[in-house]
Amino acid sequence: MATVRAREQTLTKKELLEFYRQMVLIRRFEEKSSEMYGRGKIGGFLHLYIGEEAVAVGAISVLEPQDYIVSHYREHGHALARGMHPNVVMAELFGKDTGCSRGKGGSMHLFDVSLGFYGGTAIVGGGMPISVGLALASKLHEGSRRVALNFFGDAAVNEGEFHESLNLATLWKLPVVFACENNGYGMGTAVERTFAIQEMYLLAERYGIPSERLDGMDVMTVRRRTQAAVARARAGEGPSFLEIMTYRYMGHSMADPVSYRGRSEVDLWRQRDCIEFLRRKLLGEGLASAEELGSLDAEVDLAVEAAVRFAEESPFPAPEELYSDVHSPRRADAPPL
Amino acid sequence: MAEVTYREAMSAVLAEYLEKDDRVFIMGEDIGAYGGSYAVTKGFLERYGEERIRDAPIAESVIAGAGLGAALGGMRPIVELMTINFSLLAMDQIVNHAAKLRYMSGGQFSIPLVIRTVSGGGNRLGAQHSQSLEGWYAHVPGLKVAVPSSPYDAKGLFRAAMEDNNPVLFVEHSLLYGVRGEVPEGYYEVPLGRSALSRQGTDVTVVSYSRMAHLCRQVAEKLAGEGVSCEVVDLRCLRPLDLAPVFQSVTKTHRVVLVEETWATGGFMGEVASQIMTQAFDHLDAPVVRVAGKEVPMPYSRPLELAALPDEESIAQAIRDILA
Ligand SMILES: Cc1ncc(C[n+]2csc(CCOP(=O)(O)OP(=O)(O)O)c2C)c(N)n1
Ligand SMILES: [Mg+2]
Repeated sequence: MATVRAREQTLTKKELLEFYRQMVLIRRFEEKSSEMYGRGKIGGFLHLYIGEEAVAVGAISVLEPQDYIVSHYREHGHALARGMHPNVVMAELFGKDTGCSRGKGGSMHLFDVSLGFYGGTAIVGGGMPISVGLALASKLHEGSRRVALNFFGDAAVNEGEFHESLNLATLWKLPVVFACENNGYGMGTAVERTFAIQEMYLLAERYGIPSERLDGMDVMTVRRRTQAAVARARAGEGPSFLEIMTYRYMGHSMADPVSYRGRSEVDLWRQRDCIEFLRRKLLGEGLASAEELGSLDAEVDLAVEAAVRFAEESPFPAPEELYSDVHSPRRADAPPL
Repeated sequence: MAEVTYREAMSAVLAEYLEKDDRVFIMGEDIGAYGGSYAVTKGFLERYGEERIRDAPIAESVIAGAGLGAALGGMRPIVELMTINFSLLAMDQIVNHAAKLRYMSGGQFSIPLVIRTVSGGGNRLGAQHSQSLEGWYAHVPGLKVAVPSSPYDAKGLFRAAMEDNNPVLFVEHSLLYGVRGEVPEGYYEVPLGRSALSRQGTDVTVVSYSRMAHLCRQVAEKLAGEGVSCEVVDLRCLRPLDLAPVFQSVTKTHRVVLVEETWATGGFMGEVASQIMTQAFDHLDAPVVRVAGKEVPMPYSRPLELAALPDEESIAQAIRDILA
């Protein structure tokens, strides 16, 4: 089997094709979501991941089943890359009972505890302390066997929680990997207009955390660097920080008029498109034929169509579900009342 | 009188203060290049420049705190916290600092700080983006909390907030921005702490604020067709609170329905109910009735969200019930 040499690990053709499939799945899923939003099937805020696919796919490919992911509201890609079924993600976007959060969360609140997927939260920076806590539990209870991978946007770096989280994670040597998706903007405000220090990895470095900036349009690079970070965490050596340079092609959300940046900037990034990049590599190095990729594309199209059908045909939550799950029941081993 | 939207009223009054006082500036997230998340400050960056229209980092605590500091330093800042949900990250600066500095310094400071924010649900934004937490701030002496329900009140109350020398939390509602109403051309103010008798009636007193007051007026209109005469009081400001029109109304109607969008437990209308008990108990012919949001985090799913929020029908039903 043909292989590509990477520094830490050799990627097989099978793995590379799987990366390709996942990235195309995310992109088609997002395009379809956008369409469904236009048709009123999806409401509220919808934040698309188009352009950033290599980040989720490369980073999450490194994780073990027991590991944790904490993400933000632009998390469809993370959920799909972690193996959440497109059906339950689309159903959640539709607000249906069969959705991964039973329709109660919506686009910004995807959860699946069986996959270690802890959201899906929509307060900028809010996931960071939680990922630190998951890593703390892992260290206390499981010898850092579980690693917490925390995705957040560049803008979160300006919140106090970023600094509080990095400090504590280093101080206590916790198994957490901070993955900053630097797409250049928080809503319509460019990084240059809101950061005194625009190299975020330099900030993290000052906390004593191994930190680096890397190309988020190349799925293999993302995988390789995340692999090193996760290995460090699992070995009990504490947190790492990855500043992953990427770009969102679409507006911040469906409501964004995108008046703050020019077409040419978007086009420049599109020329480095992560899917095209991998596709050219696979074809160029003879790792896959156009037919093979074409059949993966077709498979993905079918999966996305099926997800829409599933969501469409699923019921809304029953009215009494309004009141379920506000609180957990008392612990099972508690003394009888 | 011109008919304008709530959004236009807010844009106009913000511009008015930027133009008339060079110590006024606006600071907040995505107010400039993006044009404001609710398009209230659209075009402001081009018109007034970066010095006065300050796109801030996503850092609510320092945005509110720097507003407070700038107010202490002689400016008249307008701070925007994108929504009241995110104001929780600034709560320390607002509640522990802005609300207290004057009192605990023995009156040495004035704090001419206006914090604009947006409250409310009904947009399918889910549990973390749909809260109405203005009542929490109204709990705190030292703060003032304005909650306008119409373009007229928005503009008039905002002027009063800007002329005030205290920290004012100015709470707009996301579903009101498109609502139209008459606004006079000339200068007028709506004082902080003066409720409005929005509609006169004889059968029942309906008390509310913000978007729910808007709904209550529509319900009253509809119920008039059924022969029910509602008197509607719009609080307009939660602190200072003016319940005089409510007490007066109760002497006439003897029945009260209190309407708020958020949870009843610990909700602001609990305070209103309690004051009615102490001030107007003898005039009541029926227990005070409350209409409020369901006691759950806001669900995303549309049918559940609709069930969680008070609407015209649930308000109308509560009014019919109290009269039955
Ligand atoms: C505490 C808080 N403040 C403001 C917002 C509103 N908001 C939502 S997303 C966003 C920008 C975040 O940008 P970034 O972290 O770079 O992530 P991206 O959207 O670029 O993926 C803002 C300001 C919020 N959700 N939470
Ligand atoms: Mg960003």
